[in-house]
Amino acid sequence: MYRRIILVALVAILLVPMTASVMAQEAFDPYAPYRGDTIVVSWPSLYHFNQAATLIPQFEEETGINVEVDFLQYQAMKPAQEVELQKPRTGEYDVVAWVVFTKSEYVINGYLEPLANFFVNPALADPSYNPDDLVPAWTETGGVVGGTNAYLPGPTQALYGLPFGAETSIMAYRADIFEEHGLAVPATYDDMLETAAYITENVEGVYGMTSRGAAGHQIVHGWLLHLSPYGGTIFDENWEPAVTSPEAIASLHALKTIMENSPPGVEANGFGDQANAFLQGDSAIYVDSHKIAAMTRDPNQSLIDGKVGYALHPKVGDAECGLSETGGFAMGIPSNSANKEAAFLFMQWMTSPRIDRQLALIGADPGRISTLNDPELQEQFPEYAVVVEQLECANPNWRPLIPEWGALNAPILGVYVSEFATGNMTAEEAMAQAAEEIRAEMERAGYYGWSSMDM
Amino acid sequence: MNSSFKIRQMRIAYLFLLPAIIIFLLGLVVPLINTFELSFNRLSMGSRWSDRDYVGLQNYERMVEDDHVRSSVGVTLRFAAIVLVAELVIGMGLALLLEKPIKGAAVFRTIFILPLMVSPVAVGLIWRYLLDGRIGLVNHYLGLVGIPAQTWLGNPDLAFFSIVITDIWQWTPFIFIILLAGLQALPSEVLEASRIDGANWWQMTFLIKVPMLRSILLVTVLMRLIDVFRALEVIFIMTFGGPGRSTQVMSLHIYKTAFTSQTLGYASTIAVVLMFIMLVLSLFLLLFSNPLKERADF
Repeated sequence: MYRRIILVALVAILLVPMTASVMAQEAFDPYAPYRGDTIVVSWPSLYHFNQAATLIPQFEEETGINVEVDFLQYQAMKPAQEVELQKPRTGEYDVVAWVVFTKSEYVINGYLEPLANFFVNPALADPSYNPDDLVPAWTETGGVVGGTNAYLPGPTQALYGLPFGAETSIMAYRADIFEEHGLAVPATYDDMLETAAYITENVEGVYGMTSRGAAGHQIVHGWLLHLSPYGGTIFDENWEPAVTSPEAIASLHALKTIMENSPPGVEANGFGDQANAFLQGDSAIYVDSHKIAAMTRDPNQSLIDGKVGYALHPKVGDAECGLSETGGFAMGIPSNSANKEAAFLFMQWMTSPRIDRQLALIGADPGRISTLNDPELQEQFPEYAVVVEQLECANPNWRPLIPEWGALNAPILGVYVSEFATGNMTAEEAMAQAAEEIRAEMERAGYYGWSSMDM
Repeated sequence: MNSSFKIRQMRIAYLFLLPAIIIFLLGLVVPLINTFELSFNRLSMGSRWSDRDYVGLQNYERMVEDDHVRSSVGVTLRFAAIVLVAELVIGMGLALLLEKPIKGAAVFRTIFILPLMVSPVAVGLIWRYLLDGRIGLVNHYLGLVGIPAQTWLGNPDLAFFSIVITDIWQWTPFIFIILLAGLQALPSEVLEASRIDGANWWQMTFLIKVPMLRSILLVTVLMRLIDVFRALEVIFIMTFGGPGRSTQVMSLHIYKTAFTSQTLGYASTIAVVLMFIMLVLSLFLLLFSNPLKERADF
C-alpha cells in the first residue's frame, strides 16, 4: 500500500516538471528575451506617426519592451538620423523612418540592416504577419532596394524597410459643387481640365483646381503627379534623360493649365498651401496624396467636411487607369543599432494586421489591403474604397529613387519646371536645359561608365 | 618708459588676446581652411571627411560653365545694390528727421527699430503670408482700392521686388540707428559755427554732417554689404529661390548645392567664390576710405 503511494508520488514528482515545461512551451513568448529593453525610434512629427505613438503604451504592455520616440519635424529628421547612422559603433536609434526617396542613399551608405535577417529567424518572425497583405506598391517604393534600376522590385532586390505612413494619389472633388452644376466626375485629364476651366469661370469665388507650384521640390512633385499618367518618365532604360519626350511636354502643359485654374499665388504653393486652398473651399478639384481625406474631416483645418467625393487619379486617353504616385514613409533598422531584434519586433507589431486596423480606427493611415478592404472601415472612411482600387494602378517608378535624385529634383528640375510654369521659358526650352544638366549630373555620378566600355 | 616694462606690457596684452585668438582660430580660420580644401575635393553629404576624393580644379571648371552660379551672382549683386542704396537713403533720411528732439521722437525711434528685433525666420513667414496670393493682406487691401490681386511671390519680377522690400523693411532700422547715434555724437561746436556762418539745412547736411559721418557710414555699409551677401533665411522661406531662379541668391544656391544636391565639395567651391567677391568689394570700400587708417600705425 505504502509502496503504491510512494510510486504515485514519485510519478507525480516526475510529471509535474514535465507538464510545467510543456505548459511553458505553449506559452512561448517571443518578447521575453527583450523584456525591459528600451528602443529609440526616430519618427517625423506628422499626424500618422503622432497617432501611431498613442498605441505605444499598448505595445509596451503586451511585450515588456520600452519605446522612446524621438519626434522631429520631417525635414529636420534626416540630418539628425545621419549623425546617428554614421557613428562607427552604436548609434542612438533602433528604428528610423524615412521619406521613400531616402532609401537608396541610406542603403548605399551602409546604414540599414536587411530585413531578411529577421524574417528568417523563427524566434522573431510572426507566422501570422502575412506580408502579402502589405500594399505591394508601398513596400516596393519605401522598402525595396537593389532590384531593377536599383530602386524597383526585381530579381536582385532586398528588403530594408516596411511601409508605414505611405500614400498614393487620388482625386478629391467638391461633390456639392459638382452636383449643383450637373458636372460629371472626370475620369480623364482632358475631362478634368475642361471641368476645372468651367468651374473657374462659372462658380463664383471657386477655382477649378489647386496645385503645388513653388520652385524646387514642390513644383517637381506637382508635375510628376501628371508625368506618370501621361506615360512619361525622367529616364529611359539607359539612364538617358527622357524629360524632353512628347509625353513629358504634354504633362507640363497639363500642369500649367491646372495652375492657371488654381487660386492666385499657386506659383508659391507648397503641399500645405495647395491643401488649404481645397480645405477652405477655394478650389473644387484636388489631385495629390490621399492624405487629404483625413484633413477634410479635421474641423480645425477644413470647412468642407461632408462635401467631398473621391475618385481615381485621372487617366490619359484610353489608358486603363491613371498611374498614381507612391510615396510617404517607410521604417527600418539601422546597422549600428544595439537592439535590432527588439526593434524588429516593434516594427512587426506596428505593421501587423491587428494593429493596422487599430491605426485606421484612430485616423492614422493603414498599410494593408485587408484594412483598406474592410467593409466596416470603408463605411467610415469613404476614400478607402478608392485608394484600394487606385493602388492597383500605383506606379513605383513615377520618380527615380536613386541616390542622385536629390541633386536632380529641386536644383535642376525644380528650377526649369518653375521657369516654364511662370512663363519664362517654353516647355521645350526648359526641358532641353534640364536634360542637359541632368545628364551632366548623372555622368559625374558614373552612370554611363559601363555603357561606354568597349567590349 | 623703460623697454623691459614695455615688453612685459606687450606680453600681458598678448596673454589677454590669447583666448580670443584661439576661438577665432577654431571657429573661423580652421573651417575656412577646410572649406578651401574641400573646394578641390568631391565629398557627398553623409560620407566621412576621410572619404573625400581629390579632383583638382574640376569643381572650379564646372563652376565657370555653370549657368546657375552665374545667375545667382547676378541676382545677388542686383539685390545687394538695390537694398544697400535704398536702405542707406531711407535710413539716413529717418535719422535726420528724428535727430532733433521733436515730440514723441523716442516712440518713433522705438517703432522704427522693431523690425530689427524680429528673427529672420519670423520675418520670412510674416511677409510670406502678407504677400500670399490667395489669403494675403496686401492683396486684400489693394483689392479695396480696386487694384487686382497680384501673385507677389509667384511672378519672377514681383518676387524679386518682394524680397527687396522685405530686406529694406528689416534692415533700414539698422542703418537708421547707427547713423542716429553718429549724428548725435557730432561735435556741436562745428554745427554751431556753421549756423553762425549762415549755412542752410542742405549745406549743413551735405557739406558738414555727411562728410563728418563718413567713417560711420562706411562701416555701416560694409557691415550691411557682408550681411546682404549672406542673406538666406528670409529668401529661403519666402520663395526658396523661385520662381525659376529669379530670387536665387548665392548663399541659397550654396545651401541647395550642399544640402539638397549633397555635393559638399562643389558647394565649398561656390562658397570660396562668394567669399572672394565679398573680399574684393570690402577691400574696394576700405580703399575708398579706411576709418582705421589714421590709427593703423600704433
